Amino acid sequence: PILYSYFRSSCSWRVRIALALKGIDYETMPINLIKDGGQQFSKEFQALNPTRQVPALEIDGITISQSLAIIEYLEETRPTPRLLPQDPKKRARVRMISDLIAGGIHPLQNLSVLKQVGQENQLTWAQNAITSGFNSLEQILQSTAGQYCVGDEVSMADLCLVPQVANAERFKVDLTPYPTISRINKTLLALEAFQVSHPCRQPDTPAELRA
Amino acid sequence: TRQVPALEIDGITISQSLAIIEYLEETRPTPRLLPQDPKKRARVRMISDLIAGGIHPLQNLSVLKQVGQENQLTWAQNAITSGFNSLEQILQSTAGQYCVGDEVSMADLCLVPQVANAERFKVDLTPYPTISRINKTLLALEAFQVSHPCRQPDTPAELRA
Repeated sequence: PILYSYFRSSCSWRVRIALALKGIDYETMPINLIKDGGQQFSKEFQALNPTRQVPALEIDGITISQSLAIIEYLEETRPTPRLLPQDPKKRARVRMISDLIAGGIHPLQNLSVLKQVGQENQLTWAQNAITSGFNSLEQILQSTAGQYCVGDEVSMADLCLVPQVANAERFKVDLTPYPTISRINKTLLALEAFQVSHPCRQPDTPAELRA
Repeated sequence: TRQVPALEIDGITISQSLAIIEYLEETRPTPRLLPQDPKKRARVRMISDLIAGGIHPLQNLSVLKQVGQENQLTWAQNAITSGFNSLEQILQSTAGQYCVGDEVSMADLCLVPQVANAERFKVDLTPYPTISRINKTLLALEAFQVSHPCRQPDTPAELRA
């Protein structure tokens, strides 16, 4: 499999974690979202992935974009270890949390939106998007979380959480109001899959940011 | 999350529309809303996520309030045309009668409301013939009519069908 990825893209990081947890070997094709006006806009990449976004995964003869669609495909075709619980109600909780982060927080603070709000507004805009979402998430986790976002098994929700907390830190969001988010994040970062997939350890990580 | 929709069902409450739909699919599996084949399921989810995660969050009410009244229309139009440019291209390879092949799927459930939003924000749909064709086909189906905003308990009188 080939993963089109940018080291700091949180959507790419989610998929990297999934591939690591499932023990799937892959090749990385780095796409730099900033250099050359954004390599995701090249004709070659657009032909491969019309959304012109990372991540995109070439696997089993197809190309899939959208991180959660990729993760659900990996789950359905390489079912162990699980990234979604067996029980439908717990699966619903995992998807609810994943969608809250991937659909509710992240799109509002990604690179292309921040470019549109203008440089002087970017930090406040990103902080608002994240705190607004984390306020809801912290409350939801009160009833769903065990060791991890949903109970005591790592799930797709956890793959969404860690990259979003990293973004929160990048945008200097105060995490004191979010003790559950912080605790789960810390527990997850100790796991190998979350370390090997980390932005600081990727083929395209700039030297000054490398672990 | 202080958002709609939320569904109370089987003793739990689920929010996030796609999480709700996937739960309905897993507990009430017929008629299908996702194909059986994993590659086709991936296409359905990819299209659904593009719309629900990539277009809609950028043009929903709370974001538009933040960009300010004079910028709202342009902002919403940009979000939609940007997403529809990608979607139209993706549909070239996935679509049959509907978004993915010839069976109605979760992707179609995302498409119709987003096209309605596009029309509300006066987006020119001429560049999107596949989106338009599929939308028209879907709107003829009963489920898409009974669920239409113009036929709901809370539809204002002046907008009621």
